[in-house]
Amino acid sequence: MKKYLAFIPFFLFIVAVHLLTTWTDTLYYLTQMTMAAYYSLLIIGLCVVMGYAGQISLGHAGFFAIGGYISAALTTRNLMEYRDFPLVRLLDSLGVLMTGQDIYGDNVMVVTPWLACFAAVMLAVMLAYLIGIPALKLKGHYLAMATLGFGIIIYRIVLATPYFGEADGIAEVPPFVLFGDISVSGDFASRVSNYYIAWILLALGLILLINLIDSRVGRALRAIHGAEDAADSMGVDTTAYKLNVFVLSAVFAAIAGVFMTHYNGSIGPSEAGVMKSVRYVAIVAVGGMAHLWGALITGITLNFLSLRGVFSTYDDAVFGVILIIIMLFAPNGLLRVNFRQVAVQLFSFRRAGKKEG
Amino acid sequence: MALLELAGVHKRFGGLKAVNDVSFTVDAGTIKAVIGPNGAGKTTLFNLIAGSLPATSGNIVFAGQRLNKQRPYQIAGCGIARTFQNIKMFNGMTALENVMVGRHVQSRAGFLSSMFRLPITCREEKAIRNKALELLEFLEIDEYADVEATSLSFGQQRAVELARALALDPSLLLLDEPAAGLNIYETAEVGRLIANIRDLGITVLLVEHDMSLVMDISDEIVVLSFGEKIAEGLPVDIQQNPEVIKVYLGE
Repeated sequence: MKKYLAFIPFFLFIVAVHLLTTWTDTLYYLTQMTMAAYYSLLIIGLCVVMGYAGQISLGHAGFFAIGGYISAALTTRNLMEYRDFPLVRLLDSLGVLMTGQDIYGDNVMVVTPWLACFAAVMLAVMLAYLIGIPALKLKGHYLAMATLGFGIIIYRIVLATPYFGEADGIAEVPPFVLFGDISVSGDFASRVSNYYIAWILLALGLILLINLIDSRVGRALRAIHGAEDAADSMGVDTTAYKLNVFVLSAVFAAIAGVFMTHYNGSIGPSEAGVMKSVRYVAIVAVGGMAHLWGALITGITLNFLSLRGVFSTYDDAVFGVILIIIMLFAPNGLLRVNFRQVAVQLFSFRRAGKKEG
Repeated sequence: MALLELAGVHKRFGGLKAVNDVSFTVDAGTIKAVIGPNGAGKTTLFNLIAGSLPATSGNIVFAGQRLNKQRPYQIAGCGIARTFQNIKMFNGMTALENVMVGRHVQSRAGFLSSMFRLPITCREEKAIRNKALELLEFLEIDEYADVEATSLSFGQQRAVELARALALDPSLLLLDEPAAGLNIYETAEVGRLIANIRDLGITVLLVEHDMSLVMDISDEIVVLSFGEKIAEGLPVDIQQNPEVIKVYLGE
């Protein structure tokens, strides 16, 4: 039970932010808080891969983009002219297609967000297996290399394919009706409900991952990180575990992409950029690698600041600098900084400089 | 009855014959020791059985199953547990968690059931924890259960590693130099412990340098020299064997 105690301040924080923005009449902050929560969903998934299984993925923006683009394309691209195709007829009879009229009065037929979400996640799972199987059989940083290549490929594909809107991306993505009146959309009237949807989704993801870490599977993952050959001789199929946790984090990234896209009502190629993947890795490093709460706190803070435009045009540079500083002075993350050691390190730097001078 | 059988096992590293045509059997419920001077191929032989290295040729058969070409995790699943010469603790995990990893092959929970913490998973988790605590108690290190394993003393880490191996409920336990780095009192303690483990019905195969330990506890001894088996038999016979004396003391 002890490990769930941290959720009490977490939920209090969520409500406090809502109340505070209401009283101070600054509800517009909730928009960035919502988006930061979706990015953080990806980040906690990546944290389990990096911190607990000891693998680095530089392609998570790719999985985020797959989630976003597939759900955006399927829910906006008109299937009317393909209505007589057997597959489309089958989907229609299953009730997973929506018909309506667009702003010009033309009839449109699109896939429902639920099916689109499912399809997006399934595609992310398939691609994660496809890259993971060869990359994880090798040791070292092959996964980092393979995922970097994957991220670049996804970026070029969405940038070059008319179906994905090329440089413009896909706009006018319809709301994702979860149940009843509750839907994921950027509508101003539903700003507060969307804030809660995002944060409840994030909390659910966090609970699942915290459960995972403290279980047979989580121990096996941490054992792989600690001493891979010893884990192997304890009966842990190390390749399978590394692969599965990588796929799991791809699912988290894809779901974050789906929700973010419906919330924004659009998605563009910058979401698939390699700099985004580097940023996610930097945030996990700042949070302390094997520290889900740390990754969450830094994920929310840095994404919120970035989305508010605090770093202005130096956005990517700021994340690079953060990564360097963290690796130098706090390799175990901000929440585990040993200030005395940092002081000694700075002091010895100066001493070394004096000697040379 | 032979639990483990090695028949004509070879291992070559390029031109070096690290293990050359070694055959012997290990009977169920006994303690068998492999001894030999440095570089005799003891640890290589050990790694061949545990699957960390593939044998060049020959057969390794455990309880009717051929072990060659199996990965270490599959061999662990067959009921063979091992320890390492230079202890390998899982960093960042407590002593208890280290031992709990040992229960891996005896439990089932997968990704989904772990994330959703199904009732069956909770029951399994409780059983894993209890078994691990029981083993820490058996090795008299239960007071360090919640201490990070890598911050324990050398002897304590060795005990945690032994508990971790026992957690697999193995039918064969492979010990790679269990007394390395221990003083004579601790060595005697380890000897007593290994005899206790055998009395639990677990067959033990150990590689060891320390002659006093080997002579005290082993039921049978195999002597290797330059990758070849030069003698096999009861401790008293090995002690008198002129070939063995020559290898250890010189002519």
